Amino acid sequence: MTKRLMPMLAALVLAILIAGPYVGLPAHLQSLLYVIFFWVSLATSWNLLSGYSGYFSFGHGAFFGLGMYGMATFATKLNLSFFPSVLLSGLVAAALALVIGALVFRLKSIRGESFALITLAVTFVLSTLIVNTPIDGGPGVYLMGVSTPAIGPTAASSFYYLGLGMAALCVFSAYVLFHSKMGLGLLAIHDDEDVAEVNGVPTFALKMAAFALSSFLAGMMGSIHALYVSYVTVSETFNINVPLTVVLMSILGGARHWAGPTLGAILITLLLNAFTDGSSALVGRVVIGLILTLSVLLMPNGIWGSLSARLRGKKVQIKGDPLSEQSHADPRGRDLLSERTAELAIKGVTPVGTKVVLEVKGLTKQFFAIKALGGIDLKLYEGEILGLLGPNGSGKSTFINVVTGHFSASSGEIQLLGRDVSHLSAHEIRKSGISRTYQIPRPFNGLTVLQNVVLSAQYGGSGASESQATEQALQWLEFTGLSDKAADLPDALNLHQRKFLELARALAARPQVLLLDEVLSGLTPSEIDLAVQTIRLIRQRGTSIVFVEHVMSAVMALSDRLVVLDQGVVIASGAPKEVMNDPHVVRAYLGDKVEGE
Amino acid sequence: MPSANLLFQALASGLFMGALYGLIGLGLGLGWGILKQINLSHFAWVFLSAYLTYELKTRFGIDPLLCLLILLPVFALLGVLLQAVLAKFSITPFNSLMATFGLTVSVEAFIQLVWSADFRRMNSHYDELKFRLFGVIVTYSEALTMLLSLVCCFAVWWVLYKTDIGKALRASAEDPDIARAFGINASKLSLALSGACAALACCAGVCVALTFTLAPSQIFAWIGVIFAVVMMGKLASAWAPLVAGLVIGVSESMTMALIAPTWAPLVSFTLLILILLMRRSHD
Repeated sequence: MTKRLMPMLAALVLAILIAGPYVGLPAHLQSLLYVIFFWVSLATSWNLLSGYSGYFSFGHGAFFGLGMYGMATFATKLNLSFFPSVLLSGLVAAALALVIGALVFRLKSIRGESFALITLAVTFVLSTLIVNTPIDGGPGVYLMGVSTPAIGPTAASSFYYLGLGMAALCVFSAYVLFHSKMGLGLLAIHDDEDVAEVNGVPTFALKMAAFALSSFLAGMMGSIHALYVSYVTVSETFNINVPLTVVLMSILGGARHWAGPTLGAILITLLLNAFTDGSSALVGRVVIGLILTLSVLLMPNGIWGSLSARLRGKKVQIKGDPLSEQSHADPRGRDLLSERTAELAIKGVTPVGTKVVLEVKGLTKQFFAIKALGGIDLKLYEGEILGLLGPNGSGKSTFINVVTGHFSASSGEIQLLGRDVSHLSAHEIRKSGISRTYQIPRPFNGLTVLQNVVLSAQYGGSGASESQATEQALQWLEFTGLSDKAADLPDALNLHQRKFLELARALAARPQVLLLDEVLSGLTPSEIDLAVQTIRLIRQRGTSIVFVEHVMSAVMALSDRLVVLDQGVVIASGAPKEVMNDPHVVRAYLGDKVEGE
Repeated sequence: MPSANLLFQALASGLFMGALYGLIGLGLGLGWGILKQINLSHFAWVFLSAYLTYELKTRFGIDPLLCLLILLPVFALLGVLLQAVLAKFSITPFNSLMATFGLTVSVEAFIQLVWSADFRRMNSHYDELKFRLFGVIVTYSEALTMLLSLVCCFAVWWVLYKTDIGKALRASAEDPDIARAFGINASKLSLALSGACAALACCAGVCVALTFTLAPSQIFAWIGVIFAVVMMGKLASAWAPLVAGLVIGVSESMTMALIAPTWAPLVSFTLLILILLMRRSHD
């Protein structure tokens, strides 16, 4: 409902704002509104990268300032007219963002505060360069001579409309992005970037695009603002004021929502304007500071975040007693499964094929001095369930991490259906048909259960449209018995459900090969039974499975073949019963007589 | 090419500047590394302390070092109170930045309300007394700043590495939950640490009052370079901020002497960018 309501409301507000100057909106209100539009534009554009993806930039002032000086340079020194200057200023800002992004977005060490700091440092480097070169040279640049296009009935309304145009453009971009596949990917990066990449999200490309768009808009706003203030200086442009204010506005409003920064910008600008003269302005600032502190403490997710959390809370309450719901869940799930297994029993179990789906040759992985994988050879046949065993630290998890591209292999080859995938990035490997689950479930905590699976269907598989992806995701939720949890956040799930969410998310990419990392650990015996049946069903659908597990009963029941790792090498492989009696395997688990204490 | 004497003088002023950077960064880095708070109000405390020192000296003629003794417990209490409030909320590092930013804005406005936006310079005999060291003129103010910075770093190092409290603090910094499971009273430690950080800020404030002209807006002017100092070193370390501060201070003063004062920020921030880019992640 809100999805339809919000755009209509926005269109109404826009219409009123456009009509304003023509129906006698006083000039001082027009300039107050310009200031609001200005901050709405800057805060919303900042939010496109930082709010959605969690990469908090403290360098928004750099892009805004580049826009200011872009206008100062293009319009006064190169004598370009207004609109080309605005556009070029935006492009220059976007170009800087792409250069920074290319340098930092591939580095795992630059996340969180490192990113904030590096963007802040860029701001100061830029300001030093500008003040020491002919772009400014020290005294600042006057823009009195540049003509602004006359828009609207009065002289003052030009900037009013330019500001309104920018604000509308920024909010519109934020809205579209928020509801797009790209927006979902950015939100997933916010929650867990590594998992997003493994789930098929091209994280680098998304961050670059969002950063460029964000800076482009900030640069354009800056270029318009340069004419508004008509005198540009380095100290007024590249200070800490712009980045901190936009961050604050977005946090106050709610950075995970497209409308959050708008809300924050309006509130803070009005607050700052409420106290304008002399000492009352200072008292006002004391009060504003305290209000900000309190609102951040009391509403850490911003006004919008708290609001939607409250709405969600109400919905859950209406659903009724969570306990009774839980007690229903299990038998229903089992009924569903027993129906399906009955169906399968008629068809009979398909035998393991002879076609090799996944072939790993001489795979090694070195972490500094430690050899985690020492040359592994392994074949997975079509429709096979291959149990991968080994004591703790034997390299099972590293194997999964390397095969899915989270770590790059030190040497060796990984072939999926004859195609070498060892040099692909994680999201490309996911797309080509290898999915995994995590031993400790890592859902995207800010997305609903349904969105978690939709994301995987959209990014992991073969480019499903949004409605197709949603439909598929709902099917996978039904398959894993999570249908009635679709609208919940992952926090509301228990361990068993979280593990099944992992499964649903992995399956939504329609993988050829599924790597299961201890899906059964921590589950109760009845939950294990359910999971074992589910895994059989997955195989039945044509997916080959590598199954890392410590629950031996399940391993023996499910596996067609076993491979045992110890200290990064394969020490045994073959039929389950033979392998378990292999003296090497017994020694790996229980130790030598001499070693054993 | 400037004379050798001028270069020495620049080196010396860079070292003193760096010592002050290190002293301010020390408290900020401790809170960041152990409490996981990016405490912007640290800068507010520094300047509040500087203004109070100015007031006590100018109005009552109290020696700045005596001021330090008077102010230390006041600021320690302030730090404890702040932590007592923040501990009531589970707060992410970024939200701590936001919350303390609000507080800093309030303190800045408060300072402006009391002392106005005019520049204030404290006159003290520490500025007039000078001595010569290897041909370089050093004021007592500068020497005192260096000394206080070294003493504070040593004290922090001693507490962190030579006492049980330090062991507990380092354990909490590494993994707060596990530390708690081993019987470390994290909330009490946090209160003490926050108090200590504010006390360090107070100490830095006295140094700022000794050597700088004060203005309320200066609070925000220091943020960039101090962040650089804190991030260049390891978080929650005793000596790293001082070393980083000295590197930045000297590189700035050398740039000022050899090229032009306006180029100074370029060196420190380029250095910071390079260090961040080259720092390896753990995989």
